[in-house]
Amino acid sequence: MAGQVFAYIVYKNGVADDTAMELLAAAAKIDAEVPVTAVVTGAGAELDSVCNTLTASYPEVWKIDNPALAYPNAEIIRKALVNILPTGAIVLLPYDTFGMDLGPGLSIKLDSAYVADAVDFEGVDGSRLKVVRQEYSGMVSTHVLCDLSKGAVLTCRPGSFQPVDNTAAAGKVVDKSPDVGDLTVKRRYIQVVEAEKGDVDITKSDVLVSVGRGIEDHENIELAEDLAQSMGAVVSCSRPIVDAKWLEKARQVGTSGQTVKPKVYLALGISGSFQHLGGIKGAPFIVAVNKNPKAPIFQVADVGIVEDILEFIPELAEKIKESK
Amino acid sequence: MEILVCVKRVPDAAENEIEVNRDGSDIERDDLVYSVNEWDNYAVEEAIRIRDKVGGSVTVVTVGDEDAEEVLRREMAMGADNGILLSDAAFAGADGRGIAAILKTAVEKGKYDLVFTGALADDGAGQVGGMLAALLDWPYASVVNSIEILDDSKIKVGREIEGGNHEINEIDLPCVLSIQTGINEPRYVGIRGIRKVASVEIPVYGAADLGLSAEAVGARVSRADYFVPVLGAGAEILEGSMEEKIDKLIELLKAKGGLK
Repeated sequence: MAGQVFAYIVYKNGVADDTAMELLAAAAKIDAEVPVTAVVTGAGAELDSVCNTLTASYPEVWKIDNPALAYPNAEIIRKALVNILPTGAIVLLPYDTFGMDLGPGLSIKLDSAYVADAVDFEGVDGSRLKVVRQEYSGMVSTHVLCDLSKGAVLTCRPGSFQPVDNTAAAGKVVDKSPDVGDLTVKRRYIQVVEAEKGDVDITKSDVLVSVGRGIEDHENIELAEDLAQSMGAVVSCSRPIVDAKWLEKARQVGTSGQTVKPKVYLALGISGSFQHLGGIKGAPFIVAVNKNPKAPIFQVADVGIVEDILEFIPELAEKIKESK
Repeated sequence: MEILVCVKRVPDAAENEIEVNRDGSDIERDDLVYSVNEWDNYAVEEAIRIRDKVGGSVTVVTVGDEDAEEVLRREMAMGADNGILLSDAAFAGADGRGIAAILKTAVEKGKYDLVFTGALADDGAGQVGGMLAALLDWPYASVVNSIEILDDSKIKVGREIEGGNHEINEIDLPCVLSIQTGINEPRYVGIRGIRKVASVEIPVYGAADLGLSAEAVGARVSRADYFVPVLGAGAEILEGSMEEKIDKLIELLKAKGGLK
């Protein structure tokens, strides 16, 4: 059966991330009987406050307080965890830019198995955990079998595990700070540089005309701008458009870009990766236009249209102008 | 700087509709167009730019069968100096840890200052770079979107973190970095460029050459099947002619406040 389960808690400004409760739910899907221990690293009063809050939901909260951990540098945290976690531990992390930084190396140093970006767990058979994950940007799903006999590091996709409403754990905080050992590393955090502000604030717009890879060419961005103008909307985009430098970074919707809350979201030639969808909040009315009927965006859209956007956009713009 | 870039040959998701095959054992491989993993192109471009600025060489390496050689040649046509193919029947079915263990032996055959991987590939795991760094005991940074060479012993890297912000770190060399798309604009590779490197010899190393045992690449994580998930209701798909779809959409947009 599964070994001891740990959930690493990410927090910001003294407040635990949504994934704190999601990881608890994920752990219950691995083994509902095994108590889950929260592990929280940081420094000072902010850390104490997060730990105390977590005791409502976790039976045990391991606190690791050290000035070197004031900023979550994954290289330092890995060293601390390796010194503290027991052999065979199952460690749950969020699959975000921090989990990506920490997880793979942690699994090597713990000599345990690693599965990234789990979207569900379907129980343990013998020593093997059945994990659901996705490949090819969500176009297909797979079952993956993970050998737990030497422990495992599992990163869980944010938003995939329905948080359990547990505030009766009455847990305790255990101070593990003295056990961290030497925390010298060869990567030193300097600073966080905030994203540049663009000329348009897409987070303020009720209607977004959002373009993705399907727009194919820099020149075709004009088509979207023309459509947006006819609708009284603002143009936003998915990551590949910013990578290609066709639109500025401030126009990007997604976890690595802006979080938007429009009333209507028109997704044109966007496949719908979870990183992109993670930036759309507030349950807008989503219209997806894509020539690939299997694009994951159709699973989350309210209305779907299977067409080539390069033909569809100009015709739609023209019709809207006519109808005015 | 001596730079090694780890690349992967993958089905090109922009050119193919990826579907599950009949018995769910694999994706449908017939008529698939393959290419180099998109993230790896950015990694190779970044390596070439660093070499051109401070000198040194760029080597591209991949784990795969003989078909994988074509992606090495493509990256050499971009400007990489050398290619290495790591190929052995024993490597089939290796998990991320296994691939990292294989790559480690290739790193140790050279004398590299920097090792790059793409931040992600077709399976969306983003795991090999971090594992390789830990196996080598080298420092690591993931999702890197800027690199500045400070001197022979350290560099400054920016990592992409949530909300479009950048986390700046200083890292000692040698190190492993996973490279994010958008860090640069990878150069175009024409037929002529590929032809130029068509006859360059690419060494092939197997498990015995690398001193790898079956145990070292043994998988703890394996794929059981592929499937298409049954999700919620999904979108209401509008049918009819283009004109009919547009009329219906305009009606819906008006009702939902999407037209001003």
